[in-house]
Amino acid sequence: MDIHEYQAKEIMSSYGIPVPRGRVALTSDQVERAAKEMGGRCVVKAQIYAGGRGKGGGVKLVHHPEQAQDLGKELFGKKLVTPQTGPEGLKVRRILVEEAVDISREFYLSITLDRETSRYCLIASAEGGVEIEEVALKSPEKIHVLNIDPFTGLRPFQARKIALELGLTGSVCEDCVNLILNLYQLCLEKDCFLVEINPLVVTKAGWLMAMDAKINFDDNAMFRHREYPDMLDYSQLDTLEINAGKYDLSYIKLKGNIGCMVNGAGLAMATLDVLKEYGGEPANFLDVGGGATREKVAEAFKIILQDGDVKGVFVNIFGGIMRCDVIAQGIIEAASEVQCTLPIVVRMDGSKVEEGKQLLKESGLNVQVGADLGDGAARIVKMLG
Amino acid sequence: MAILLNRNSKILVQGITGRSGLFHTQQCRDYGSKIVAGVTPGKGGIHIEGIPVFNTVEEAVHYTNANVSMIFVPPPAAADAILEASDAGIDLAVCITEGIPVRDMVLARRALEGKKMRLVGPNCPGVITPGECKVGIMPGYIHKPGKIGVVSRSGTLTYEAVKQLTEAGLGQSTCVGIGGDPIIGMKFIDVLQLFNEDPETEGVFMIGEIGGGAEEEAAHWIKKNMKKPVAAFIAGVTAPPGKRMGHAGAIITGGKGKAEDKIRTLAECGVIVAVSPTRMGDAMIEAMKGTGPAKKK
Repeated sequence: MDIHEYQAKEIMSSYGIPVPRGRVALTSDQVERAAKEMGGRCVVKAQIYAGGRGKGGGVKLVHHPEQAQDLGKELFGKKLVTPQTGPEGLKVRRILVEEAVDISREFYLSITLDRETSRYCLIASAEGGVEIEEVALKSPEKIHVLNIDPFTGLRPFQARKIALELGLTGSVCEDCVNLILNLYQLCLEKDCFLVEINPLVVTKAGWLMAMDAKINFDDNAMFRHREYPDMLDYSQLDTLEINAGKYDLSYIKLKGNIGCMVNGAGLAMATLDVLKEYGGEPANFLDVGGGATREKVAEAFKIILQDGDVKGVFVNIFGGIMRCDVIAQGIIEAASEVQCTLPIVVRMDGSKVEEGKQLLKESGLNVQVGADLGDGAARIVKMLG
Repeated sequence: MAILLNRNSKILVQGITGRSGLFHTQQCRDYGSKIVAGVTPGKGGIHIEGIPVFNTVEEAVHYTNANVSMIFVPPPAAADAILEASDAGIDLAVCITEGIPVRDMVLARRALEGKKMRLVGPNCPGVITPGECKVGIMPGYIHKPGKIGVVSRSGTLTYEAVKQLTEAGLGQSTCVGIGGDPIIGMKFIDVLQLFNEDPETEGVFMIGEIGGGAEEEAAHWIKKNMKKPVAAFIAGVTAPPGKRMGHAGAIITGGKGKAEDKIRTLAECGVIVAVSPTRMGDAMIEAMKGTGPAKKK
């Protein structure tokens, strides 16, 4: 789960990590007032769930409160397009106004999960900023990676080694050691997949400060953090994706016209691959979960049909232990409830396949049954012409 | 012989009194698996479906000599259940539970280092040696005893692959669903190693998907060590680029994780890669013949 920069900074600040003075604004008048508070010269930062905001015009230094207000007017409600948002962009509903800070040096610092070693790792670089990925590709020796043994945790001597590698000395070096240790503690206690400070800076006055902050929570740990759902900004998410989330379905909107319902993420991806192979364009990725239940199938159906681009539906359920007659029942119920007249192709496998097929045939829906994965994909593509 | 499981495996079920724990226990027993005990803290002393339930794994092992554990414990207590199994001397734990926090698994996996217990999963369909023993939630009827080892990161896509293998006349020695979570027990290479040494396995089918670098790692290992033909399928060729989470993921994987890269690396390492998920059985046939890549329809 993503959160906004200002929320990430609030959390970091509560762990003793210095961040610039700032205020969140919901209107352009609030932006102006906040700018006055910061002394006129300040940084106006659009809050969206994506990076690359500077390149998309979402982060600007302004010199007067009026200028801040004008920028607020321009940004609020606008769909900001950055290299990470896709062409649709994301709507700006909140703006962070921060004091302008004079920077002397910039670094990259993050803690994330490394699947290869099955441990958290600390990543740091003296050459950071927005081009960090390029640095990683072109001169990997400039990126310092430290695997953290969960038994010992991150030790001060390790943090010090990293701080020295970054070229820090004296009291700033020790400040950095503490900052790194606090960041690790935050990462564990808040169950994060990622905590990133990019850039971490040394100000002209000689202080360390997190200029930008990103936190991504582990959704599986939600039961330990009841406050997380309240932090979500629903304006940043697709409405259909929010609905899907309520029923524990994983849904991603795509560009085509064939609605897809599949159980299991791997099979769902494979289904998209097959549709494309047969010349079709999937309208979505939708995983109803390995053990598709009748309720989930019914909800999934409704979500798919809310997408106006959908001209036909391909259902691919490898039920296994799940009975096919039960799945067929779910499809029929949902399709009748939303009065679906679109062509549907169902490919099912599992126990009671024949009973399931019979139910579908007798349902009066515009439905065909695919013999296997390839046959099903071919049918739906053909039905849509 | 197969790997990991055979007809003599003695299985206990952690979380046997839960709804899905009990349902799948019955399914596994119907398939022929020897379920000797269940464990649910606080319910020790009862019998469920004729199976004795104990409070701890240690107690269950003491009275029944169970050597395999199937875990259905809910996410908040699942990592603890894995460690309890290891502590009680279990040889193989298969953790079906979906949704275990990453922080818990990082710690559990570290604690298993140097221990004898093997862990499959979590968030996996389980392990099956067709005709002998099933420990998991996969449908038994699609499998057929034979000589192909199957290893997969996916759940239902594995069923699809197995069905195609069976229809192509290729039975399976053992099928292992290693699970799709970021932190898992046995990885591709651990399973490939066992298949390589198993006299009953003559070829291997591997199912991967986009994300991470595990398939690439496996490809290089195969090139160096594998004595048997390997075919594979990678799901997600047409998947849209996922939502980005900062830069850290891209930095540590060095841009790995795309389907094309995985497919290219596998092919370069001598693996026959199915060009379509409808052609997984065909790819395995090609690999067994040793006649080069499966052709497109």
